[in-house]
Amino acid sequence: MTSKEHIIGRRLSRGDGLLKQLWQDPLGRAGFLGIALIILLAVFAPLIARYDVAQINARSRLAAPSITYWFGTDNFGRDIFSRIIYGARVSLIVGLVSVGIAAGIGYLFGLAAGYFEGRVESAIMMLMDIIFAFPSILLALLIVAVLGTSVVNTMIAIGIVNIPVFARTVRASVKAVKGTDYIANARSVGLKNGAILLRHITPNALAPFTVQATLALSGAILTEATMSFLGLGIQPPSPSWGSMLSEARTYMEIAPWMVVFPALFIILTILSFNILGDALRDALDPKLKL
Amino acid sequence: MSEYLLDVRNLKTYFPIKGGLMRRTIGHVHAVEDVSFKLKPRQVFALVGESGCGKSTTGKSILRLIDPTAGQVIFDGQDIAALPQEEVRLLRRDMQFIFQNPYSSLNPRMNVWQLLSEPLKTHFNLPEWEMHKRVEAMLDKIGFTPDQLHRYPHQFSGGQKQRISIARALITGPRFVVADEPVSALDVSIQAQILNLLVQLQQDMALSMVFISHDLNVVRFISSEVAVMYLGSIMETGPTQDIYAQPRHPYSRALLSAVPSLDPQRKKVRHALQGEVPNPANPPTGCPFHPRCAYATDLCRRQRPALTEQFGRMLACHHPLED
Repeated sequence: MTSKEHIIGRRLSRGDGLLKQLWQDPLGRAGFLGIALIILLAVFAPLIARYDVAQINARSRLAAPSITYWFGTDNFGRDIFSRIIYGARVSLIVGLVSVGIAAGIGYLFGLAAGYFEGRVESAIMMLMDIIFAFPSILLALLIVAVLGTSVVNTMIAIGIVNIPVFARTVRASVKAVKGTDYIANARSVGLKNGAILLRHITPNALAPFTVQATLALSGAILTEATMSFLGLGIQPPSPSWGSMLSEARTYMEIAPWMVVFPALFIILTILSFNILGDALRDALDPKLKL
Repeated sequence: MSEYLLDVRNLKTYFPIKGGLMRRTIGHVHAVEDVSFKLKPRQVFALVGESGCGKSTTGKSILRLIDPTAGQVIFDGQDIAALPQEEVRLLRRDMQFIFQNPYSSLNPRMNVWQLLSEPLKTHFNLPEWEMHKRVEAMLDKIGFTPDQLHRYPHQFSGGQKQRISIARALITGPRFVVADEPVSALDVSIQAQILNLLVQLQQDMALSMVFISHDLNVVRFISSEVAVMYLGSIMETGPTQDIYAQPRHPYSRALLSAVPSLDPQRKKVRHALQGEVPNPANPPTGCPFHPRCAYATDLCRRQRPALTEQFGRMLACHHPLED
């Protein structure tokens, strides 16, 4: 127990050491590079994209991949490559914002539940269990159906659906940290609850939370794609990988590139985040090291 | 204002045992059962006893790290046991706790500066330079140099960690500390250093101290008064020298006879005890020691002996050992 905390402390007191460790892990490096690629595409989309994403070109409908249209065109003659590049923006922003909402609220809930226990904990965890009991896609669809379809509402819906996972993760690690001697020490020194939570519990309960955030990003991106595929996510003509897949369904047999490329990018993004999350977990958890 | 800095009266701490489907309280562990003692300013008072006899719980209850079930803890004329938590929190500047295990009682994410300046920030409103001055003065007292300020606990040895831990407890300049087995987690070779440091700081800072230990040699070295605890109660308390020279309680005698001697010439009579310590959730009637006592009579089984003054000390026994 003590030696474990000891090692975690050593690892995390040097942030650069953690990044280095991730880079030395081949999986970590792969995940890192995959995510870097997606981020670069999203950031420099206007420079990389070859055509206007909404530009309809009736003469080149359903064109196969070629020098002119790298990934082919869709049923409106829009360039799939350009749409995928801009779709990366949508995916990343939706992923980051919704995970931000989920992580932020989930962290506060988890912290309060883990630290104060008793009735506060019962009330919070009951609420979390209620949210958790719904299949996440169904709940997200329900929220969007109530709030109306828009990018912001999609992000809110995915955020709410993901709150319980964070609340549970944080509560568990807060409880573990709360029982340690250094928290008893902080109390005996005479610190206020706020200072104990902020300076002693939060930094020591952060590792599982960080891993969870990385993994939740891929989940959020997938949920957005699914919602858009079902028509309740990002609305046309905004390019989203999910809605592109949805539109492609009808043309799958005559224009398979309409399905293949968005699907490939979804897979690449999700795989990268998952791999990075796993590598991060290994790097933060000394028990898995030999 | 009395001559005593701390006056513990009939302190009781029970822990509920929850069980059954509804998690109802089905019993209590009597961790501290009617403990009373007094501490003069600048005095070191030791609590000794086996593991699980309630000495740590007593220490924590005095400082309200655990809320006592009943009794009074009068510190400087004020009953701490009756104060609201927030007022106790403010009092912590004057009364601190030194933890047993320095490997786990220091936050691994905080460096020495953060660990030592935090109590100051909490209790005083000092300018930055003044805090630096005090932290550096404290570092000097524990034998550290200022270049060690930015190191983290894992970069120190066990003995150094305990020095940091002591410094953290003493930096606000408390008048009273409870030291809970402050050397038992350390190497024997390091224990002496830390004990000497504690004694020196205790004298320099005019500290009053409750020193909790199971190590009788350590207790003899550090304390002027001692209380022998068994099953949550004090069996015998008085000047350390007297009790070590001639224990009057059968339990104290058995405990003291178990101390190994380094002198092979000295023949010692061992007073080994039979049986086990009873379950504190279901303590025996009468004297808590009677099931294991060679002198126990019907009186001991029926009636709990009160802590009364006998032989120039306080003793809780119906049949104290005569000369």
